[in-house]
Amino acid sequence: MIKDYFLIPWKEMHNRKLRSLLTLFGIIIGIASVVSLINLGQGLQQAITGQVSALGNDKLIITAKGNPLTAGLSIDAIKITTHDMDVIRKVSGVKQAAGFLYSSSKIEFNNEARYFFVDGFPTNKEENTLINSAQSYKIAQGRNIASGDRYKVVLGSEYTNPDLFGKDISLGNKILIKEHEFKIIGFWQKTGSPQDDKSAIIPIDTYQELFQKNNELGLIFVQINPGEDLNLMDAKIKKELRKSRHLKEDKEDFSIQTPQQLVSTFDTVLNIVQVVLIGIAAISLFVGGIGIMNTMFTAVLQRTKEIGLFKAIGATNRQILTLFLIESGLYGLIGGILGVLIGMLFAKIIEYIFSQFIGSLLVIQFQWTQLLAIIFFSFIIGCISGFTPARKASKLNAIDSLRYE
Amino acid sequence: MNSAKTHFPKKEILLELQDVWKTYQMGSESLDVLRGVSVSIYKGEFVTILGPSGSGKSTLMNLVGILDIPTRGHILLEKKDLSHLSESALAQLRGKKIGFVFQQFNLIHTLSALENVILPTIFQNVPQTQRIERAKELLALVGLADRMHHRPNELSGGQQQRVAIARALVNNPEIILADEPTGNLDSQSGKQIMELLTTLHEKEKKTIILVTHDQSLVRHAQRTISLRDGKIVSITNK
Repeated sequence: MIKDYFLIPWKEMHNRKLRSLLTLFGIIIGIASVVSLINLGQGLQQAITGQVSALGNDKLIITAKGNPLTAGLSIDAIKITTHDMDVIRKVSGVKQAAGFLYSSSKIEFNNEARYFFVDGFPTNKEENTLINSAQSYKIAQGRNIASGDRYKVVLGSEYTNPDLFGKDISLGNKILIKEHEFKIIGFWQKTGSPQDDKSAIIPIDTYQELFQKNNELGLIFVQINPGEDLNLMDAKIKKELRKSRHLKEDKEDFSIQTPQQLVSTFDTVLNIVQVVLIGIAAISLFVGGIGIMNTMFTAVLQRTKEIGLFKAIGATNRQILTLFLIESGLYGLIGGILGVLIGMLFAKIIEYIFSQFIGSLLVIQFQWTQLLAIIFFSFIIGCISGFTPARKASKLNAIDSLRYE
Repeated sequence: MNSAKTHFPKKEILLELQDVWKTYQMGSESLDVLRGVSVSIYKGEFVTILGPSGSGKSTLMNLVGILDIPTRGHILLEKKDLSHLSESALAQLRGKKIGFVFQQFNLIHTLSALENVILPTIFQNVPQTQRIERAKELLALVGLADRMHHRPNELSGGQQQRVAIARALVNNPEIILADEPTGNLDSQSGKQIMELLTTLHEKEKKTIILVTHDQSLVRHAQRTISLRDGKIVSITNK
């Protein structure tokens, strides 16, 4: 029987296409932004988790304490040094430690200048292997830097794109880093990290010379022995470093992070961003709901005579209430379906743009139960928005309504 | 001027008004629109409620159509007192027992003729197939079988009123309550509507209550109840 109750509202909405469409806009925009933001957020979260888990579960990352976004950039006053690395290596359970330096620098080729990251990697084979595996660097062409190399550079996969400097770059070519000539000896495979794929890797000795950073390190990777507990090792290293840097407990000027902690740091930031964005989306949903309410109040007024007729031909107050609730619910439902479709499209477009410019890092996977829940939620918003107008309709006096012009 | 009871001794009383008063409160003034109306309507009769504007005719029609309840007095439908029924019980009863025909047709413009006729069955939970069959039959009865998928604005006034009559019949009510049914029609269409109501009375044995100010319509009815200043001034038999 409920099917019949859809006939009248449906015909009414169909008859007033423009008004229905305008009413739907608010709810469509709200739902579309909720859907795209939730899915982009989840995609980004998975991308970061994937990226960090590539580090492996046997590694710790040590940086000077500071702003998490500038950590290791050597712009903070507090520094970590090769001496710290020596201390770490002596801690029992540590298999290997390797540090490197990095900063943004001018890179020139074909008389064009760009600013990208330049990393100073150790040339010692073991240390170099540890950093390369942690950073997911693999040689695509040429060779890696090795002991004895000086002004040599291995470039990220983005440099093979001729658009970067307007000219093909090949092995053996020379590029300028900080006005010094470097010979290209290799290219990395694509890592998927936009920053890493544009980095230039040079030997650490050369880096220290060029940037005048004696003994300084930006970041230290520590690999622990198999079977050792990551959290115990974290505490052990922290204690030794504190001792060597003459610091009291909880007053450390360095930080040790496990891959999990890195993920949770990113998650926290991402969650805050998502909460803010979804808050904005919620406001537009609220406005959409107000739009439905407004349309329904107008509809009740315009159809007063019709309501009087319904009552005369035997409709109870509850039946009138249901009729109008279904109409506003339909606005929510249709707006929800269209909003979900547009939101999905939008998320997919962003995914495509990401894949074109940054790499296949972001993968959007829709969960159908979630999308259905959002559509249902939208239907509920419609019903809630329509409740007051529907109640007003149901309480109208039959005789006065019939006489209404 | 005979009393109704003496003239229709064997007829069954369908609707009975016992000393019905309707008082409206206008600020501090109270206005008695109906002042002690007592009358019986018999099953299967054709009766006209005649009166000029301001006579209380519309108020009486609302009470007879159980759209409203009296301030004082009782209304009995099939011997059942309506005074104690809830609003929704009255609505249900109205849907089953009374079919309204209005001066302004009151069709829903977004719905086809057929859908307009079906409308009252939706509120009575009549099974789908049954109601479509019934609506088609009724549209054929009023001579609009070929117009059932047209919308009201594609029909003439007379045709719209015939759709409204089909709608009034769809739940097979005891009473057809027609409020100035010819008021918005040209004389030719008006004549056809009156013929249709007469046919419904004679062939379908419906109780017809016609509310009008138009003296010329009185000849169709068996009895005429004349109303003036909220009181019945005469009941005439044909």
